Amino acid sequence: MGKYIVKRIGYMFLTLFIIMTLTFFLMHSIPGDPLAHMAKKLPEQIRLNYYEKYGLNKPVIVQYGKFLKNIFTKGDFGESLRYPGRPVTDTILKHAKISGKLGFQALFIGVTIGIVLGIVAALNRNRWPDYLVMFIAILGVTVPVFIIAALLQYVFTVKLELLPTFGWGDFKHTILPTIAMCFGSIATYARYMRSNVLEVINQDYILTAQAKGVSPFNVVRKHVFRNAILPAITILGPQIAGIFTGSFVIEKIFGIPGLGFYYVSAINDRDYTMIIGTTIFFAALFVFSQLIVDLLYGVVDPRIRVSNDK
Amino acid sequence: MVEKILEVKNLQVSFHTYAGEVRAVRGIDFDLDKGETLALVGESGCGKTVTAKAIMRLLKVPPAEIKKGSEIIFNGEDVLKMSKKRLSSFRGEDISMIFQDPMTSLNPTMTIGNQIMESLKIHKKLNKKEAEKEAIKLLELVNIPNAKERIKSFPHQLSGGMRQRVMIAIALSCNPKILIADEPTTALDVTIQAQILDLLKELKKEFETAIILVTHDLGVVANFADKIQVMYAGQVVERGTRDEIFYNSMHPYTWALLSSVPRLNTKGKEELYALGGTPPDLILPLKGCPFSSRCEHCMEICLEEKPEITKLSDTHSLSCWLQHPYAPKTERPAVLRGERDE
Repeated sequence: MGKYIVKRIGYMFLTLFIIMTLTFFLMHSIPGDPLAHMAKKLPEQIRLNYYEKYGLNKPVIVQYGKFLKNIFTKGDFGESLRYPGRPVTDTILKHAKISGKLGFQALFIGVTIGIVLGIVAALNRNRWPDYLVMFIAILGVTVPVFIIAALLQYVFTVKLELLPTFGWGDFKHTILPTIAMCFGSIATYARYMRSNVLEVINQDYILTAQAKGVSPFNVVRKHVFRNAILPAITILGPQIAGIFTGSFVIEKIFGIPGLGFYYVSAINDRDYTMIIGTTIFFAALFVFSQLIVDLLYGVVDPRIRVSNDK
Repeated sequence: MVEKILEVKNLQVSFHTYAGEVRAVRGIDFDLDKGETLALVGESGCGKTVTAKAIMRLLKVPPAEIKKGSEIIFNGEDVLKMSKKRLSSFRGEDISMIFQDPMTSLNPTMTIGNQIMESLKIHKKLNKKEAEKEAIKLLELVNIPNAKERIKSFPHQLSGGMRQRVMIAIALSCNPKILIADEPTTALDVTIQAQILDLLKELKKEFETAIILVTHDLGVVANFADKIQVMYAGQVVERGTRDEIFYNSMHPYTWALLSSVPRLNTKGKEELYALGGTPPDLILPLKGCPFSSRCEHCMEICLEEKPEITKLSDTHSLSCWLQHPYAPKTERPAVLRGERDE
């Protein structure tokens, strides 16, 4: 088991390194540079000095070498090019926290409700609860999130005047964005769980459980649930990673200073250090959550538990 | 005086499908005495398993429907009228079942110990520690070595034969009065089959459990069953004690079944008998004798009228027009004659 984790972590770093390198060269191939927005206003000499200072006048490969050196010796992504004086790492952590809080709420609620609805739908197959759940699920998948967000804002702030339209501060600011965000997860998990449960309840071991005299509720709780949730864990990984990077659309609509918002503006500004920092942050979360999911899989499913002797 | 433990009267089961109503079981009656073994024999799709599942009320309703007028009486109690709560205690405690495929009939995410303990906890109200002790005892009883360690195993860590033993342990954990074994050996290879049958026989003596054995394998039945009931197209065509069926059967379908069993004294290149044709479509109404289309002795009346039940002895009866006084005398096939050589 230990050896397996070490091996996986090794691969993780290899993956991250490749992503880092690709991102570095890709972003340098976008026309323009971080200083373009002010370059026109500046005298030639000052502009050249700026380029000199950030090393932007050197060939890309040299810049890449310098960048690697900084990361491996100091573990540092440097400062934002657009907003001098702001270290990239701090900025990411600060805003990821905000996105994380919101994302976690939304994912938790979405997964819980989605799973429950999926089970209810499957157990009432082809009756009204099933149709209702599937209707909600199809809405959740097809209606874009900004429409749901706008609708929520209209109902809860304009009409009912219960909640703030946008901003970030206390709990009430998180309610609407959370609801808007969790719709997608509800839809995904409800559909997933429904089909899994339908498959599991036709298995022979469910018949065995019934023949043992297990009550219908316990058949679902003890025998159906665990077997049906297995495949659903797979799709949890990428979603966990998505929590911290936030949703650009939701953050923009509700005026939330999350990481998603900064990520997109960093790309627009060609803020190289910020882009690479955010990308690596996201990639690291992604591969790490995949590892967690794989380990979790072994906990839930004894058949694929990584054996100790390997 | 033998105690009747189960009575099935006029059991009729249908399945509602898009193609129409499939009448899988068409009026079956039988009794089961305490500690007795009854075999339901017939080819695939003749309603054996449906009958077995109907007794435990394990059929999914809908699409299945147990028709009005059907009665299943366990110890004087009508199974079809049991409340949900009573049904939970009835299953597992009074009657239990083992299934055909041990590879899929155990929950893959639960240790076998927990799966055995589950029914002990439900029916005997044991706490975890007592249940674990009992589970170990049961595993030892079904000859699983190293039971103390094995209760922590998951099903995928056991072989097919071992899993079927675990299923038997689960089924017998609460000393049920009836055990339904639905083709318990079909998915196992021959040596394991023999072991499992021996085990069932042994346990039957020890627990005095009545067994309903569902099978298409007459070899399994031969040294196991007390009574045999031959089913065809959802009906019982012949019933009798084991000896009556093996040595004195009179129904052409029973003859066909018996003739198609390979035997040791078959000479040289003699071909094994095979019954041609297929069973009738159970969606369509059956006219006359259901076996008429495949019967070598078919007469005109067989196509028109359903045969009456003829009693040959207290235990032996069949429905076949050949038993009618006007019917031509028909001899049992040569292969089945004169081989009482146990």
